[in-house]
Amino acid sequence: MQQTEQKEQQHEILPNEMFEIVGRKEEESEKINKPILSNWQDGWLRLKQNKAAVISLVVILLIVVLSFIGPYFSEYSYEQTNYEKVYSEPSGEHWLGTDKFGRDQWTRLWEGTRVSLYIAVLAALLDILIGITYGAISAWKGGKVDNIMQRIIEILVGIPNLIIIILLIMIMRPGIMTIMLAMVITGWVNMARLVRGQVFKLKTQEYVLASRALGASTSRIILGHMLPNTLGIIIINLMFTIPSAIFTEAFLSFIGLGLQEPLASLGVLINDGFQSMRNQFYLLAYPAIVIVALMVCFNMLADGLRDAFDPRMRK
Amino acid sequence: MAPLLSIKNLHVTFNTYAGKVYAVRGIDLTVEKGETLAIVGESGSGKSVSSKAIIGLLPKQSASIEQGEVLFEGRDLLSLNKSEMQKIRGSEIAVIFQDPMTALNPTMKVGKQVVEGAMKHQKLSKKEAHHLAIELFEMVGIPNPEVRINQYPHEFSGGMRQRVVIAMALASKPKLLIADEPTTALDVTIQAQILDLLRDIQKKTGTSIIFITHDLGVVANIADSVAVMYAGQIVEKGKVEEVFHNPVHPYNWGLLRSMPNMETKGKLYSIPGSPPDLMNPPTGDAFAPRNEFALSIDYEKAPPTYAVSETHTAATWLLHPKAPNINYTKQSNDDLDEEEISAVNMNDTLLKVSNLKKHFNLPSKQVLKAVDGVSLEIRKGETLGLVGESGCGKSTTGRTLLGLYEPTEGEILYNNTPIKEGNKKDFSQKIQMIFQDPYASLDPRKKVEDIIAEGLDIHGLAENKQERQEKVQRLLKVVGLQPDHAQRFPHEFSGGQRQRIGIARALAVEPELIIADEPISALDVSIQAQVVNLLKELQKDRDLTYLFIAHDLSMVKYISDRIGVMYLGAMVELAEADELYKKPLHPYTQALLSAVPVPDPKIEKTRERIILEGGLPSPVNPPQGCRFRTRCPLATEKCAEIPQWREVEKSHWVACHYV
Repeated sequence: MQQTEQKEQQHEILPNEMFEIVGRKEEESEKINKPILSNWQDGWLRLKQNKAAVISLVVILLIVVLSFIGPYFSEYSYEQTNYEKVYSEPSGEHWLGTDKFGRDQWTRLWEGTRVSLYIAVLAALLDILIGITYGAISAWKGGKVDNIMQRIIEILVGIPNLIIIILLIMIMRPGIMTIMLAMVITGWVNMARLVRGQVFKLKTQEYVLASRALGASTSRIILGHMLPNTLGIIIINLMFTIPSAIFTEAFLSFIGLGLQEPLASLGVLINDGFQSMRNQFYLLAYPAIVIVALMVCFNMLADGLRDAFDPRMRK
Repeated sequence: MAPLLSIKNLHVTFNTYAGKVYAVRGIDLTVEKGETLAIVGESGSGKSVSSKAIIGLLPKQSASIEQGEVLFEGRDLLSLNKSEMQKIRGSEIAVIFQDPMTALNPTMKVGKQVVEGAMKHQKLSKKEAHHLAIELFEMVGIPNPEVRINQYPHEFSGGMRQRVVIAMALASKPKLLIADEPTTALDVTIQAQILDLLRDIQKKTGTSIIFITHDLGVVANIADSVAVMYAGQIVEKGKVEEVFHNPVHPYNWGLLRSMPNMETKGKLYSIPGSPPDLMNPPTGDAFAPRNEFALSIDYEKAPPTYAVSETHTAATWLLHPKAPNINYTKQSNDDLDEEEISAVNMNDTLLKVSNLKKHFNLPSKQVLKAVDGVSLEIRKGETLGLVGESGCGKSTTGRTLLGLYEPTEGEILYNNTPIKEGNKKDFSQKIQMIFQDPYASLDPRKKVEDIIAEGLDIHGLAENKQERQEKVQRLLKVVGLQPDHAQRFPHEFSGGQRQRIGIARALAVEPELIIADEPISALDVSIQAQVVNLLKELQKDRDLTYLFIAHDLSMVKYISDRIGVMYLGAMVELAEADELYKKPLHPYTQALLSAVPVPDPKIEKTRERIILEGGLPSPVNPPQGCRFRTRCPLATEKCAEIPQWREVEKSHWVACHYV
């Protein structure tokens, strides 16, 4: 009933001019009104909506910045000892107190964080470099080559990490290089597998076929099409690798296989703090807080990145 | 009598990170008992979303039903809670999904899957369930039901799996069956089987069916009434004869006219432009920007729904008494006569393929003979169509010609020069390809400009940045896109626009031969005509030669000069397009032609089909002799010998003993 009434009203109101044919506005329907968005910008928009990831990013940046400029806030260097002020409590002079040799804990904390981050990032980057190359070659060649390369990986995975690390430390002097090498020797395997899977998938994608049909060379296809399309996954994996590398370094230093005094790293500091935990618990607390913050934030950021960039995870 | 199901003013929106998408914008529908209602529309028109809203299968986190009601036998389904809804879903409303490959659980015997729901809802014993499963398998036409119910899904072919899915849906004797594009993933000959089956089942059980599809031919075949959807709204609905023979909405006119039939000549009618973005639905009539008869009021006010007859309604201002009168049928004839195709000079052979074979070694040590002895010639300036069901090797043939695959055997001569591994790159500029899936064929990380210019970069065809830019702009214009599209990324475009970008990419290197591998099968009807017209125009302007691979026979017929039919890796018939359609000689060609649904309910409901038994045999182990003999109605013992590929009449080749 109501509808018919409405219709009648419209009959009266609508003027004749409104019923002239004006035709189509084809251009209009082809127009895209949204602003230009690349995939990266699109991902950034998604990431921004993930509060946990954004907070994590801020915390990570804060820690990184502090690890660089932190030591300059105090007048002490990380190895400067002062036997008159052993185990002093946090004060205006030593913000976070001093350790068993009277070294300034603030300086050592940020120095250690920087060393730990340095090792982790470098190890992760090396992982990526080896992993991408190995994985891409394996997948691109396919067939027998792939078969052999994958068997090699399986053998590497079969050897326990710790054995390789202990052997390495027996041969080389414990230090940043050794510890990094130890981590990279087995660490790149995951990345290689990931990249291999991705390249295998992309190999049969129509846009790669199209590129081949246009006569593109292998290097052009790999660098121009495959890498950019794998990059998202690589970065996500990098974000997961870094915290686990930080943890591995801390673990090794803690059991005495890693860095040695007076060098500082998060693992060394925790080991130190652990020994004086009963009286000066804060010596353990500071590096523990930093390492926990780093691990949690990197993992949450990686999670957020995955949601934002990996289309398989999209809801 | 009250209808079985009625939907009133249903609105569904999706919340995405970029904003709210108005997917369904107020639809009214009714389904009577024992009726088949077809909902037709392009992708994104809201047809699937509406059906999912009925059965409560919309994703909870993102979708919300803003308003409206869905009354099923008087009960409002939208107000039911989860467990009540589950009961209805299992027993009174059943769903058949599009892809039979993913609709079955691969780790469970099919018989058990089929009756699982029925066992739960009807509380059957094991024995009763077993009987029910066998009964259902018989009903949907699966041979050997006693054996088949104990098999796993991977032992079934695609068509058979869809039968299992249908059996599963029927197990609970539903009053309403929702079929969401149930034949889209299937080949034409299998599609004909399934449509037949559905019609048969409806006759036997009296269930109502909501059939969602984008194919007007299928609609004409199966539906009693039709609702045409566009941009989340129903633009026209009525009995199938009314909608097809007396269409009143301009969108429906466009759809019906853009489908070529076997006689269509000249320029194909197409609806220009792309469907609107439902993130910001347009004010007024959503179809107005693409409507050649758009009134000025269309851009300002949404049209009300007018009744044409008791059962036939449409939402367009053209039905307003003050609106001008437009005669649909006259318009359509005018357009079709407009142009005659120029005869092609068919003497120069551009590409000659003799005895081409492409075998793939499978990890299981078996050999997949994808292409097994194909010989053909492509003449300069012509369009050679290549048709066949999936798995017949037509795409592999195309890719091998292009050099993407290394042929196992045989010779490819291009302008009398053999194409070999060493000189492949010389030909990559002359032979280009248009791919099937416009979503997969463009690199998502690259700008449109760089995608189109890739060929220019590889072959050094642009001397500097400015020339590169100019060439890209020109190509964009050729394919009907706008200059500012160059700076955008593929994911911002609709399917048809993307396919045009793909065409521009192929054109950039100025090829002579273009292999079009199912270039329109992933596109919507209204967009298909655009792309086909574009291809035809380009052929005329640039002297192109096409190898057009497709499974849509009416489109192939329309665009091709000659057509080759493939079956299981071999060519079975090759002839001039008209000749092939008027006088198909090979029994497979005959069956294929009769399986194509025609968008005319009068023809569809009366014509006799040749329905092929069974599905395609595996190309790993094809039948000896004539490959078609396992499904051929004429097969005799003689067919165990390989039939010769011979010229029966002038330029009409066929491989069959009985021609």
